[in-house]
Amino acid sequence: MDLTTFLVQCLNALQYGLLLFLVASGLTLIFGIMGVINLAHGSFYMIGAYMAYALSPIVAATFGGGFFAVLLVGLLLSVVLGYVLEWAFYSYLYEREHLQQVLMTYGLILVFEELRSLLVGDDVYGVKVPAVLDGSLPLGELMTYPVYRLFISAVCLLLALGMTIRAGSTNREMVQSLGIDIKFLYRVVFAAGVAIAALAGMVAAPVSSVYPGMGNQVLIICFVVVVIGGIGSIKGALIAALLIGVVDTFGKVLLPQASGVLVYLLMAAILLWKPDGLFKAG
Amino acid sequence: MTRTKKFKLSFLVAAAAALALPSAMAQAPKKLKVGLMLPATGTFAVLGTAVENGFKLYVAEQGGKLGGREIEYVKVDDESDPSKAVDNVNKLIKRDNVDVLIGSVHSGVAMAMAKSAKDSGTLLIVPNAGADAVTGPMCAVNIFRSSFSNWQPGYAMGQAMAAKGHKTAVTITWKYAAGDEIARGFKEAFEKAGGKVTKELNLPFPNVEFQALLTEIAAAKPDAVFSFFAGGGAVKFVKDYAGAGLKKSIPLYGAGFLTDGTLEAQGADADGVLTTLHYADALNTPRDNSFRLAYAKAYKMQPDVYAVQGYDAAQMLGIGLTATKGDVSKKDEFAAALRKATIDSPRGAFTISKAHNPVQDIYLRQVSGKENKLVGVASKSLLDPGRGCRM
Repeated sequence: MDLTTFLVQCLNALQYGLLLFLVASGLTLIFGIMGVINLAHGSFYMIGAYMAYALSPIVAATFGGGFFAVLLVGLLLSVVLGYVLEWAFYSYLYEREHLQQVLMTYGLILVFEELRSLLVGDDVYGVKVPAVLDGSLPLGELMTYPVYRLFISAVCLLLALGMTIRAGSTNREMVQSLGIDIKFLYRVVFAAGVAIAALAGMVAAPVSSVYPGMGNQVLIICFVVVVIGGIGSIKGALIAALLIGVVDTFGKVLLPQASGVLVYLLMAAILLWKPDGLFKAG
Repeated sequence: MTRTKKFKLSFLVAAAAALALPSAMAQAPKKLKVGLMLPATGTFAVLGTAVENGFKLYVAEQGGKLGGREIEYVKVDDESDPSKAVDNVNKLIKRDNVDVLIGSVHSGVAMAMAKSAKDSGTLLIVPNAGADAVTGPMCAVNIFRSSFSNWQPGYAMGQAMAAKGHKTAVTITWKYAAGDEIARGFKEAFEKAGGKVTKELNLPFPNVEFQALLTEIAAAKPDAVFSFFAGGGAVKFVKDYAGAGLKKSIPLYGAGFLTDGTLEAQGADADGVLTTLHYADALNTPRDNSFRLAYAKAYKMQPDVYAVQGYDAAQMLGIGLTATKGDVSKKDEFAAALRKATIDSPRGAFTISKAHNPVQDIYLRQVSGKENKLVGVASKSLLDPGRGCRM
């Protein structure tokens, strides 16, 4: 591997890691603050991606906006969705056992998948890259790097920075002792978690396209991120996501036969070393 | 004859007919039970529906009868889930006592069906799944395929790419049975023709993070790339390939599934991509045109390769039943009739190999304006070697 290829691969690793972080951060937030194992988190990613596809003609017709207007509308809708879901379902889960949480959130996956099938169908759809970002930068001899991918990384990076700074202040006991309405806070945190996952889906849609079952694919790797990083730790999730990005990217290239299991080997190794993950929150 | 006499006579005839009816019914052959084991839910649901529509279209064209026997359908949704496949196929064989099994789309499910069919002796026609083994090591006198083997489109593309003058190629697929088999077929033909596969890239199914491997392709600088992905993965791969700027410098080729049912989502990024398959849009033969018209009339949508495979599965069943006068238990006669037959398929006439896989033309198609336009025949009457088949 020459130097250019190596640097491009590093860029690929960074980019993949940041996107993983964006999806997983919502999961670890909900997991860490409310103690809910949310299997439906991948569905929120899927809902986001499908919103990017389905909303664009509607938004274009009503406001005349492009991709960024769709992002804004989608973000608002997902906050509302998260808020309503918390009120209707998740608020009953906090005191329950993990098994019941798993059962209900698994049920939600099935409901969301079926709704998707009824509303949008089972075909694969593409989402257009917004015209402003539809360029590419030369990279090495043959390759170019799409500007849109850099945009994704920038969005992820901004959110990552914002969240790691904020994360210090989300201490459960502290908040309770300050006398803030915990019910309301939970609702807001949950809505934020859903919105972040949906945002990740929307931003990723132009490069990943939208297809049935896309949420479940993301869910598993997100759990790996959360477990490696330490449940509830935003900083841990960021480092774990970047680590997975590097291992997955270079694994595919250097050890193609084992690339499917490398990420899980990494998880096993880290858990042997630190059973609670890299950074245990609280 | 007066009117009353006429009336009396017809009354007598009617009465006689009425009397004869019960015995006539007893003698008429029992309905033939066809067990359709196809995906009705999940990612492959659309494909399952197309196969079923195609099958039923042919049966309807024959007046609802094949080989003199009326057809009755029993359906099971296999969900494309190999772990449920054995249970599902046993339901059809043991509970419903079907005479014929038709299925399925997913190769893992089809393998389970082939195993059960081999054990129980029930007639099986596979209308899609391309696993080489179905007409290889798993082959049997009562197992047939109306679609293709994974080896076929790969091998044909190996010949076509070598003929285009490419000397080196990189292959990229998912690391699972279908991907391996297609890539192996490609390599066999490409290297036989003097080409060299310089790198075999793959990633675990159904992973869609292609960026690292695209960087590898750019570093390896082959003359061309041969790929196999399907569905959502195919859409993302084709878009990423164009996004990485490789499309301009290294031409992309693939097995037909790369651009089948995915063109709407792939958009302009798929333009110019060459693929091989046993069917193409706008074949423009009288046989295909009449099929497409009948299908569009019956189902209010355009047929695809899956519908053709379903239609041909019914044709094959019809040929076998006609030869055995509707008796599916005469397996040797049934198989002998099919091996001699030429199936008048919308894709172009094909025959059945000794291992019971279609011997068919594989077309070279090029994407243009959201259609897989016919370019020519990549491989004429391509016979799958049926490796490992002992019958």
